[in-house]
Amino acid sequence: MTVSPELDDRFRDAAAASGLLDVAYDVVDTPVGHLFVATTERGLCTISYDPETDRIVDRLARALGTRVLRTARPVDPVRRQLDEYFERTRTEFDLPLDLRLTADFSRRVLQELERVPYGQVATYGELARRAGRPRAARAVGTVMHNNPIPIVLPCHRIVGANGSLTGYGGGLDRKELLLKLEGATF
Amino acid sequence: MMAVSVAAIPPFERFYDEHRNAVFGFLVRRVGPDAAEDAFQETFLRALRGYASLEHGKHLRAWIFTIATRVCIDQTRRTPSNSLLQGELEVAVEDAQPVHLQLDHLADELPPTEHAAVLLRYGYDLDYAEIGAALGSSEDAARQAASSGIRRLRRKEGGA
Repeated sequence: MTVSPELDDRFRDAAAASGLLDVAYDVVDTPVGHLFVATTERGLCTISYDPETDRIVDRLARALGTRVLRTARPVDPVRRQLDEYFERTRTEFDLPLDLRLTADFSRRVLQELERVPYGQVATYGELARRAGRPRAARAVGTVMHNNPIPIVLPCHRIVGANGSLTGYGGGLDRKELLLKLEGATF
Repeated sequence: MMAVSVAAIPPFERFYDEHRNAVFGFLVRRVGPDAAEDAFQETFLRALRGYASLEHGKHLRAWIFTIATRVCIDQTRRTPSNSLLQGELEVAVEDAQPVHLQLDHLADELPPTEHAAVLLRYGYDLDYAEIGAALGSSEDAARQAASSGIRRLRRKEGGA
């Protein structure tokens, strides 16, 4: 016997409302493809381009607790702000973030990254300097590559010293698309 | 190299996805299609409540079916249906509850599959086909698990 989609949704909503979930996630459709989006009670913890949902779910369950469930409602504010961003009606995200998955230095870098304004670019070296480690440009590159919340934490705005796009966890095509969407010159 | 435990607790999503249809089918048979919807939600919410304190991922199917069975008992008690049936149900529930409580306690030290089989058979009066479905095994395996559980309980009693 099969559980109807209505009953399934009803349970998932009730589970989210119960406050018992460690992580709630859903898949969000955007112009840069399907995004895996996960939140906790503290805030947004993951955005991923990885199509292997199972792999991300396993990792989140190990790191944050086994009660991980796909459920739309807790993800809705993120979905709404992403929609607005891609419609160009939003230039800043206003979402609580949960950076527990990130170690100290990385967290400092990501906090600086959050301040790089819409439509502008900065270099890896500049970001390293702002985070108080001027010689750590390469380490900053690694932090960008492992950015748990791309788009909202705009690692697409970080480019090489010579202005080249260098690299992007979601692929260079997406980085270019995001920068063009924001009207950045690069 | 890190050892991958066979009994790791899966993310709740995977657990829910794996058992939801079987649990729903079981609930429809036990309480009918209308009541089954509430019972379904209650069963998995109770599971979610207990999920964080699970120590391993073994016997999750037996675990969720035991929860589902308890939900049915509670639901039958809360909303007895009308007229003729009501009396019968109340008698059945009055009878079943103490037995299930005694058994749950008595059978605590049994291996989990035997525990579940004994509890479902003698505490909740499920037939072996249902228990087999609940435990993800056959009718025969369920019968064997229940009877070896009972033998073990008798030996324990005799030896005590």
